[in-house]
Amino acid sequence: MANHQSWTDRRMESLIGNLLRAGVFFSAFIVVLGAAIYLIRHGRSPADYSVFRSEPSNLRHVGAIFREALALRGRGIIQLGLLFLIATPVARVAFSIFGFAEEKDRMYVIVASIVLIILAYSLIGSIWPV
Amino acid sequence: MTILEFSLIVGAGSLVAGFLGALTGLGGGVVLVPMLTLLLGVDIRYAIGASLVSVIATSSGAAAAYVKEGISNIRVGMFLEVATTLGALAGATLATHISSSKISIVFGLVLIVSAFLSWRPQTKNDRNAAPDSLATKLRLNGSYPEGDGVRSYNVQRVPLGWTLMFGAGTLSGLLGIGSGAMKVLAMDQAMKIPFKVSTTTSNFMIGVTAAASAGIYLSRGYIDPGLSMPVMLGVLAGSLLGTKVLVKAHPKWLRRVFSIVIVALGAEMLYKGISGRI
Repeated sequence: MANHQSWTDRRMESLIGNLLRAGVFFSAFIVVLGAAIYLIRHGRSPADYSVFRSEPSNLRHVGAIFREALALRGRGIIQLGLLFLIATPVARVAFSIFGFAEEKDRMYVIVASIVLIILAYSLIGSIWPV
Repeated sequence: MTILEFSLIVGAGSLVAGFLGALTGLGGGVVLVPMLTLLLGVDIRYAIGASLVSVIATSSGAAAAYVKEGISNIRVGMFLEVATTLGALAGATLATHISSSKISIVFGLVLIVSAFLSWRPQTKNDRNAAPDSLATKLRLNGSYPEGDGVRSYNVQRVPLGWTLMFGAGTLSGLLGIGSGAMKVLAMDQAMKIPFKVSTTTSNFMIGVTAAASAGIYLSRGYIDPGLSMPVMLGVLAGSLLGTKVLVKAHPKWLRRVFSIVIVALGAEMLYKGISGRI
């Protein structure tokens, strides 16, 4: 039993490791794409980040970010890439729930679900704009 | 400065930060925010948002490499992630309520403390510690390959470790850093988990912790695509390069030099925060 468990643990870990890596490279690819458009269009404008003014709402909410990206706006595409990046660890937690379920480890199915709920809670403000 | 020049400078700086962070095991996030705020005059809130994004990238990008070593403990990681994500929510919420100078002061202190922690010698944990009943109930005890054999360990002081992890999560959410040093401290010192297991498990947890506060930062408008783009790409490239160059051993002298740089940056952040110039 212990052996079986550690073997599935290892398999689960390596699957998750590859999932994370793929997620990161995919989002980096999207960011590079957006960066190209952004720099070609705005590369020569002055850069100023010295004063904080919150990002416009079309770069703060999931639905709006998708619309911006589909309109091929550079900043929108970059933001979409960053959104995918933020989603990779969330996917990892969701994926481990299945892993633990496969091992019939109910306690850890619950623990992983709690983590997923906390993550979902933090993202809720960007999914349903208030 | 034009956006193109700015992006190239930030990208190059982030590359170096990511490279040194991976090479020394101290993480790139700790020098990013000071670099952006002190050298490039970026508002600390934008800097924290961009740094947080890069923390997720390094943690997830390095995961595959660490998994091959097969020594992280996924149950310990998942159990403690409840604490770090709750802490991260608290930290990110706190960040939207306190002034930039206060954030800068906390940042300075954390930098100085984490540099000192990195000078601490690795402790050999007691192999024969008796199993703790709570740790056993939570199935946290584990084993990992060492040399030709397998070494098992018993996790201790679970409530203390959990509390420290909540603190690590709060700092991560407040400052946009991975706070790997504090996570390792909680596992290795408080919970008596072997150092190698602690560091790899901590790397796994960093991304999930950062994702919890990233959601809040995104909806509050702290994550600027123009700034996060060169930071994320630079740190990611730098850290992958760093792990390729040296997977295991972190050269001592480089660690020392880097920790002195961190102390200097920390002192500057502290000074700027106290004098209200940030």
